[in-house]
Amino acid sequence: MVSLLSLYLGGGAELLFGSVKEHHVTLPNQSEPWDMKQLLVWIRGNMLKERPELFVQGDTVRPGILVLINDADWELMGELEYELQDKDNVVFISTLHGG
Amino acid sequence: MCQVDEEYNGQLEHRVTPRVSKKCVKCKENTAVLIIRAGDAFCRGCFKEYFIHKFRAMLGKNRVIFPGEKVLLAVSGGPASSSMLSQVQEGLSRDAPKKLRFVPGIIYIDEGGASGQSMEERERAVAQLESVFRATNYHYHIVHLEQVLSLPSSVLDAGSSATEKPQTGSSYKAAVDQFIQTKKNQHPDLSVENAQSHLSSLSMHEVENGVTSPITPEHTQALQKLFASVRTLTAKEDLLHTLRQHLILHTARTQGYTKVMMGDSCSRLAIKLLSNISLGRGASLATDTGFSDPRYGDVVIVRPMRDYSSKEIAYYNRMFDIPSVFIPGLDTKAQDKASIQHLTESFVTKLQTDFPSTVSTIYRTSEKLHTACPPQNTNTQPFAKCLLCVCALDTKLEEFSAYQATLISEQLSQRRGPASSASQGQCCSSGGGQHQGCMTGEGGCCSSAKSTVDLKSLLCYSCRLTIKDMVNALPQYILSEAERRKRRSQMREEISEFLLDEEEDEAIPRVNGSL
Repeated sequence: MVSLLSLYLGGGAELLFGSVKEHHVTLPNQSEPWDMKQLLVWIRGNMLKERPELFVQGDTVRPGILVLINDADWELMGELEYELQDKDNVVFISTLHGG
Repeated sequence: MCQVDEEYNGQLEHRVTPRVSKKCVKCKENTAVLIIRAGDAFCRGCFKEYFIHKFRAMLGKNRVIFPGEKVLLAVSGGPASSSMLSQVQEGLSRDAPKKLRFVPGIIYIDEGGASGQSMEERERAVAQLESVFRATNYHYHIVHLEQVLSLPSSVLDAGSSATEKPQTGSSYKAAVDQFIQTKKNQHPDLSVENAQSHLSSLSMHEVENGVTSPITPEHTQALQKLFASVRTLTAKEDLLHTLRQHLILHTARTQGYTKVMMGDSCSRLAIKLLSNISLGRGASLATDTGFSDPRYGDVVIVRPMRDYSSKEIAYYNRMFDIPSVFIPGLDTKAQDKASIQHLTESFVTKLQTDFPSTVSTIYRTSEKLHTACPPQNTNTQPFAKCLLCVCALDTKLEEFSAYQATLISEQLSQRRGPASSASQGQCCSSGGGQHQGCMTGEGGCCSSAKSTVDLKSLLCYSCRLTIKDMVNALPQYILSEAERRKRRSQMREEISEFLLDEEEDEAIPRVNGSL
């Protein structure tokens, strides 16, 4: 299943991605559907320009980064086990830089 | 129970990740989109109501803002202060029930000089923010951190407080009446509505006045030198915070604002609480993290966002399109252990993911802190306040105090080291013009032992640690204020035997007529 995703980075997280906030990515085909865990691994390998430890920690995102899937908290969708659908919108907002 | 190889599998609470879409806990109809705190799921509409209500409730519960008062909003461009700005707009808009009534102004401090940004980046950020500010129609001030080097030394004076802090409802009303009276005496025909329309009609014209004069590269270099002379990132962040507060205070005083709203969120205040304890600022915890901060006397600092976690703020900004600008600071992309503040931040954030009630527990603890009211003879000791952070000096040497223990261990560890004080020559001592020469000249000469000791007596414990490396590179206004206080205390010592104590005054029977 080809997944066309739109990613949005906010709150300073874009600094790790070359200061580009909006990304549209097409995930490569694979037999099982993509889930968030695999997406994070893919982002780490293909999109992160520097300092991966500031975005991904172990299996999951670094504490302090808020993840929204289709404008809903990912905790309500199953966090890492959520299966990505086509044209999903995933938002990563870093809450570490305060106001 | 207490064995070495405990098997806890399955007994500890495991954070259940819900699979089925939950319903909002408030309206129970719509699908939930956000989890707040430890498990309350809200839908979009209920979340917006909850968010807006919390702001009004925070201002209403702690009634310190008088109607018609001029309030300065300190906006750094980050999510929390941008959110605060939008809440103020929301509260002041005409269709809000029981709308807030005060006159807001905005201040933005451009700190790019200290964090090493280029002029183009800073100008870009300022332009973005200006467009946001212009959309609000409030009067705004853009201040560059370089201007801190040319502040007058009177900014460090704790001004006298305008009114007593209102404790109960009735005295709040009395305070409001008194405030309105004094305002009427100054501007007999400006009511709140007139003031607002007056301001909005002037805002286009006064936009030029809002932006201060452009700064020269020499100023930026002087500022960078100041920060480069501080060795640790912890001290740099502390110093930046102090200088920022001074600038805000100065702007508030000169432009006639009596309250300043800062956008510190709950998470940020929890981190600040713990890192302040690590920095040695435990004595001023209540003022540093409480809702209102009265240490400056005539200008009161207020923190209306202190009940919002950063998650709520980030979500609200995203959902309701609140414009915010990300500006990199001193500790962007720094290592975890680069500074005490940064380490505390990563500690608290990590703990929060596994134990979602961390931040709210710390917050509730901080709510219980109150400053013990000092005895009412602070008028006779105008410099019993720290020179830099203007909170009460906490370094009175008492028997068996923790402070005494710190000093003893410091002395013991120094006795072992080589006698280095003899090698410090007479550096550029008093004489205002020579301070400039000291800053640009030899880097190794500074810290004549005499001036270090003198400044130390004017600072609280944690400010002493901050400036340990940088005595002669401090901005001019701080040094001249320090000189003034030293001279005053010397004078006080000389005439101390002629001063009447307050108790003696009452014992001596008053004699009518001249002596």
